[in-house]
Amino acid sequence: MTAVVTPPPSSVDAVARYRVRRAARRRLVITVLAVLVVVVFAASLMIGRTFYPPGDVIRVVLGQEVPGATFTVGRLRLPRAVLAVVAGLSFGLAGVTFQTMLRNALASPDVIGITSGAGAAAVFAIVFLGWSGTAVSVTAILAALGVALVMYGLAFTDGVVGTRLILIGIGIAAMGRSVTSYVLSEAGAWDFAEALRWLTGSLNGSTWEATVPALVALVVLAPVLLALTRQLSALQLGDDTASALGIRVDRTRVLAIVAAVGLLAFATAACGPIAFVSFLAGPIAARIVGPNGSLLVPAALVGALLVLVADLVGQFALGSRFPVGVVTGVLGAPYLIYLIVRTNRAGGSL
Amino acid sequence: MSATHRLAAEGLTLAYGERAVIEDLDLAVPHGRITAIVGANACGKSTLLRSMSRLLAPRGGQVVLDGRSVHRLPAKELARTLGLLPQSPIAPEGITVADLVGRGRHPHQGMFSRWKREDDVAVAAALEATQTTELAERAVDELSGGQRQRVWIAMALAQQTDVLLLDEPTTFLDVSHQIEVLDLLTDLNRTRGTTVVMVLHDLNMAARYADHLVALAGGRVHAAGAPDHVLTEETVRAVFGLECRVVVDPTSGRPLMLPIGRHHMTAPAEALAAGEPIS
Repeated sequence: MTAVVTPPPSSVDAVARYRVRRAARRRLVITVLAVLVVVVFAASLMIGRTFYPPGDVIRVVLGQEVPGATFTVGRLRLPRAVLAVVAGLSFGLAGVTFQTMLRNALASPDVIGITSGAGAAAVFAIVFLGWSGTAVSVTAILAALGVALVMYGLAFTDGVVGTRLILIGIGIAAMGRSVTSYVLSEAGAWDFAEALRWLTGSLNGSTWEATVPALVALVVLAPVLLALTRQLSALQLGDDTASALGIRVDRTRVLAIVAAVGLLAFATAACGPIAFVSFLAGPIAARIVGPNGSLLVPAALVGALLVLVADLVGQFALGSRFPVGVVTGVLGAPYLIYLIVRTNRAGGSL
Repeated sequence: MSATHRLAAEGLTLAYGERAVIEDLDLAVPHGRITAIVGANACGKSTLLRSMSRLLAPRGGQVVLDGRSVHRLPAKELARTLGLLPQSPIAPEGITVADLVGRGRHPHQGMFSRWKREDDVAVAAALEATQTTELAERAVDELSGGQRQRVWIAMALAQQTDVLLLDEPTTFLDVSHQIEVLDLLTDLNRTRGTTVVMVLHDLNMAARYADHLVALAGGRVHAAGAPDHVLTEETVRAVFGLECRVVVDPTSGRPLMLPIGRHHMTAPAEALAAGEPIS
């Protein structure tokens, strides 16, 4: 453009300084969260019925033989902790993607039925069809995509998320959970813990066979979402503004939905729909990061931290052992109620 | 001078479902001038503007920018020439002014490219031009309506487009903020040569600030040209179905429309409509 009004250098510097300050603050938050994830991950390898010091744990992870620890840490705790991190990252990332894209904290995939759709399909495939492994993951993905597609068709009239989408979603979530309950009631031989995995999510009995597909999905799909960071930030300003900024709105949205749904479905197929992690990670990350840029990475880390801590609490802090989803459910439900109450006060527009 | 851009609608037909809103409309936007589009509610003003920025695909005809259909141009390329401020843009909760204005830089940035000095310069220039430099670190949702609208215009300015479309930029503002926003757009037009196209509700504001006034009725251009020629008693009657008097605004020399209603008239409405002098 010509005849450009040149701003004084001092104001350009002020703009640059503010931007650098925000970026520094964001990096600090991300670093602290990442360190916390590593610390809690390490702690969850050491803590248990038997305590193993860091030295033993490191030797097991490096593949050396340590009597006792090789089995307990290597076969029991390590897959469980890795799955906790993978599922937490996946749920957090997918949740904040939906919340950002739909501009509404209530529009997280575990509130609007996408997670429970995946869970219902997975449990159906396991109990009635006798499937396992990849077949279960694929079934969960197809179901989750199906639910997302139904939502898209029913509620995306002009990209604005109204009460309608949330209500339809809550209905679909209830249907998913009732299908799960029915299937579990037919599978008489299942023990309670296994049933709870599919109702609220659990890391009990985590194996590498269950963890690896979710890990691969994370490695493949997380970069897709991270590459969409700027497009998602523009979408927050409304479809019209985003489009005026040169974003291809529909393409971005479809790509983000497919990637986020893939993450969710693989994680759900591995450990069940861990309650409310998708829902909580974004808002918690927003509180910590403040108005300092994209929430994708911070929310993913918060998700991992939530699952790791909730699993430790569920195993050891309470009188008896609870699956991780029960703990996150207890955390998430009050927040859900709070959001709905606040929404009602604001006049019913979500 | 900014590069000359030719923006025009050619035989444009726009429809929502079965209902045609705009039919076979031709419109040329004069380069480097301020164009205001006016018309009755639901006459398709906003629809037309949305289609000009390719938010709405035409049912027939096309919108042409420099000889190419806007619906075929690459998204980012179009966004570097043509900016749009929608009627009710959405500010994410807690976003700061500098962050929001910075998002206007999107069409100038590659997928993984770093933020450059020229981006900072563009943001600072946009803040200066809209007098929002002092607000840079404030949250947008704490600002007054007038300030917020200036910030949105700043975001569109950071996009550095030669053509700027605005959908009712003054609608939710009180009169002093309306003047502030329209003065700002005039400054941009005069100092940078930015071509401005806006949909306005207020006929008198449109007549005062536009170089080129377009009156829509029945999905077509009813009249277009200089405000003196377009804002006439006949046009208002045809476009709005309203009797009125048009006088010369003593403060601007532009036409000023005085509506005639059923009450508070100094003379019977028929007499006023017939052109008897206002006492």
